[in-house]
Amino acid sequence: MRYAETGFNLEIDLSKGSIDRVETDPRLTEEHLGGLGTNARILWDRVPAEAEPFSAENLLIFGTGLLCGTPATGANRTVVSTFSPQTRLMAYSMMGGFWAPELKYAGYDKVILRGKSPDLVYIWINNDKVEIRDASHLKGKGAVETAQLIREELKEPKAQVASIGLAGESKVYFASIEQGRSSASRAGLGAVMGDKGVKAIAVRGTKDLKLARPAEFMALCNEVLKYIERRNENPIQGVMPILAGLGSPQEMAVHDEKWHTENFAWGNARLRRKDFWNDEIAKKWAETLDSMRTRLISCYNCPMKCGGTITVPGLPTYMMKCFSKLTYTMAAMSDLDFGLKIAQRATEYGVDGFSAPQVMAFAVELYEAGILTDQDMPGFPADNEERFYWLLDRIVRREGIGDILANGTHWAAQQIGKGAEAYAHNNIKKHEQLPLKLGMLNPIYFLMYATGEKINITQIEGQFPQSPFPTREEREAFVKDWIQVPDEKFKQYFLDWELRGEKSIPFYPTVEATCDIVDWQERMHYIDDALGVCAGLSSFPLKPPYHIHNYPKFISAGAGIEMDEDRLTQVARRNRNLVRALNVRRGMRRKDEKPPEDHWKKRFPELEEKLLNEYYKFRGWNKDGIPTKESLHELGLDFVGEDFIKRGILPDKESAPSS
Amino acid sequence: MGEKKKKIVKTIKVDVDKCNGCRACEVICSAFHAAPKYSSNNPARSRIRVIHEPLKDIYIPVYAGEYTKAECTGRDKYVIDGKEYDECAFCRASCPSRDLFKEPDSGLPLKCDMCEDDPPQKEPLCVQWCLNKALIYEEREVEVDEEEEVKKEDMEIGLEALLDKYGLDKITETVARLSMSKKG
Ligand code: SF4
Ligand code: SF4
Repeated sequence: MRYAETGFNLEIDLSKGSIDRVETDPRLTEEHLGGLGTNARILWDRVPAEAEPFSAENLLIFGTGLLCGTPATGANRTVVSTFSPQTRLMAYSMMGGFWAPELKYAGYDKVILRGKSPDLVYIWINNDKVEIRDASHLKGKGAVETAQLIREELKEPKAQVASIGLAGESKVYFASIEQGRSSASRAGLGAVMGDKGVKAIAVRGTKDLKLARPAEFMALCNEVLKYIERRNENPIQGVMPILAGLGSPQEMAVHDEKWHTENFAWGNARLRRKDFWNDEIAKKWAETLDSMRTRLISCYNCPMKCGGTITVPGLPTYMMKCFSKLTYTMAAMSDLDFGLKIAQRATEYGVDGFSAPQVMAFAVELYEAGILTDQDMPGFPADNEERFYWLLDRIVRREGIGDILANGTHWAAQQIGKGAEAYAHNNIKKHEQLPLKLGMLNPIYFLMYATGEKINITQIEGQFPQSPFPTREEREAFVKDWIQVPDEKFKQYFLDWELRGEKSIPFYPTVEATCDIVDWQERMHYIDDALGVCAGLSSFPLKPPYHIHNYPKFISAGAGIEMDEDRLTQVARRNRNLVRALNVRRGMRRKDEKPPEDHWKKRFPELEEKLLNEYYKFRGWNKDGIPTKESLHELGLDFVGEDFIKRGILPDKESAPSS
Repeated sequence: MGEKKKKIVKTIKVDVDKCNGCRACEVICSAFHAAPKYSSNNPARSRIRVIHEPLKDIYIPVYAGEYTKAECTGRDKYVIDGKEYDECAFCRASCPSRDLFKEPDSGLPLKCDMCEDDPPQKEPLCVQWCLNKALIYEEREVEVDEEEEVKKEDMEIGLEALLDKYGLDKITETVARLSMSKKG
């Protein structure tokens, strides 16, 4: 008997048009849990290292987390994994919403797509009945519109639909997969879906999902709910409001955008506008938001309200979450009214709300610098806002200059040449980042950013405060009920951390302490992503309801897999190393672990080198960031070590671990 | 007419404006009513369902009420605050016109029992799990006739539905056959 998971995957070969329900190996659940962990394992086992992202061999996996669909609050993530056309590395992006639980109730843990369909199709999963259906009538339709049309055509208003828009169909390198209030946006997942010829996957499930030890599991759920209730009533003192609560950043609820608008960079991630926010703007933006946002909404089985329904007069309604509220506004140096309007069109097209505005701002900058000319962009409007609509329309159709820009700033700059490379300045591993530009290097943040396999700055925050508290008293108050720490030493690191002087950034936390802290933050991310629990209730905010002490109990009582903190830590490391191994096999090395040059004003090359050295050593990796044979062996990943040796990635006789 | 008598009725006040559409109420309801208790969950079995159309901003948590064998004639529309609702969106009936409030496998009707099932809960669990306070439990005192209406057991409601569907003869025949094979 399988608990919490269904024990079945749906394997769909689009070239052949075949659909198989395949029982999975319970040992893989024990080794990797689910979600990102088992997705990575499948990619390792089945996709050749040389496979092109746009090829029949590449897989596109929609994996639910192990706890998705159980009564555990916020366990609703679908982890979509494949190889990215943009980074050419493993891509994984999580979407919340309602899709993953529905798939579990339909009787499957994952949908695995391989091959390519010659014609545009959509997939309809209705419990045991699974069909590949013609989608030619949906060609070119918006992502939100498509979901609605499919629900109508199936006469199933309760179906959950994940779909792509025109951008995915055109294989734009930053095309997203949209699902109502949520999306899996980063690194071109939507492009791979488009390449496979799949417009959407609709799911409806009405089966039971079983728990191994129900009474125990429900007691844990109730504790988590109580904690959330208490935590919502008692925001954390001494941090800015956006960091004080739980959930994803509450962008749909807040009006005060002083911090974002003055600390994040505008345009092509260049301009800090230190005195931007004033009463007049505050009033105008509040009016905009209040007049367009109808309701704050959540994902499945979660009391938070991180999303919003947005109705711009005269345009179809759409849903939004997080910081996409401001990305278009700031890239275009415009206002919120413009941002919410263009986001409607962008959501229907299905593009990533971080990359798309950045790519457009990059194009505008190149035009102003004379690198792109009227010859490259005939008819390019003079009006600033019009320019963004103009670019967006061409990118998602790969029309004219849009065909080049659709590859993202890195590849576009290479194609354009003439010094355009210098304008693609806000990337790591070829992927556009949030336009955050900071002063002093923070060592924890540096390491997570440089070495993160998610290749995404927005997801690296964690449970360790981002900056020290000014007084010892405040710090003591903070650590008093800090039950989430895996070890008491973390409290000491924080207590000793000062704003200025010897014990301040960049040299404190010490390199050693930094490795410890990064290890903790990463561990929580990898656990969340395997369990399908929202990072907003775990690895992302301060003092979250889920942590290393209660997670093992959830897994034991829910899935019936005996688990304790050490074993769970081991699983997280295994998954972390496997994702790294997938990227190493595709050529990622130390040289790639470079946050944007201008990310911090004050850089410390020697310290940065030392941080990377020590972190690699801490992880059991060699100097190039490659897991060693011994460390892979300890994690039960001998097959990875053997593959590395066969390919000459590791030497045959393991040299001493890097020092 | 019998004597009047005071009685406490359990009610739930539904504040649709506070609903965030999370469906936690469906999760906990279906888990509590699983057999054995909490052994599984499945919103399709829940006795509260959130009728929602996010793009129209419609969110209505509705409780399962009486089973009815025939659908009513109500197909009207209500416009409230500029939003158009189907009349059915507010109806509690387990009725042939829709798949709401029916066991997904057997089609047997479901009905909210205010979590009085064993062990009885002090407040319905959907209310306890709705941290947004869209569901508020209220006890109200009302006057009722002396004779208490007999409360039907789950099984009786189910049997009634089967009777409507298959007729008495077919049911007795099947029960007889099943009991034979169980004994044999
Ligand atoms: S915390 Fe927010 S983003 Fe996370 S599951 Fe809840 S509503 Fe969704
Ligand atoms: S639990 Fe409350 S907020 Fe969530 S769907 Fe049910 S009624 Fe709405």
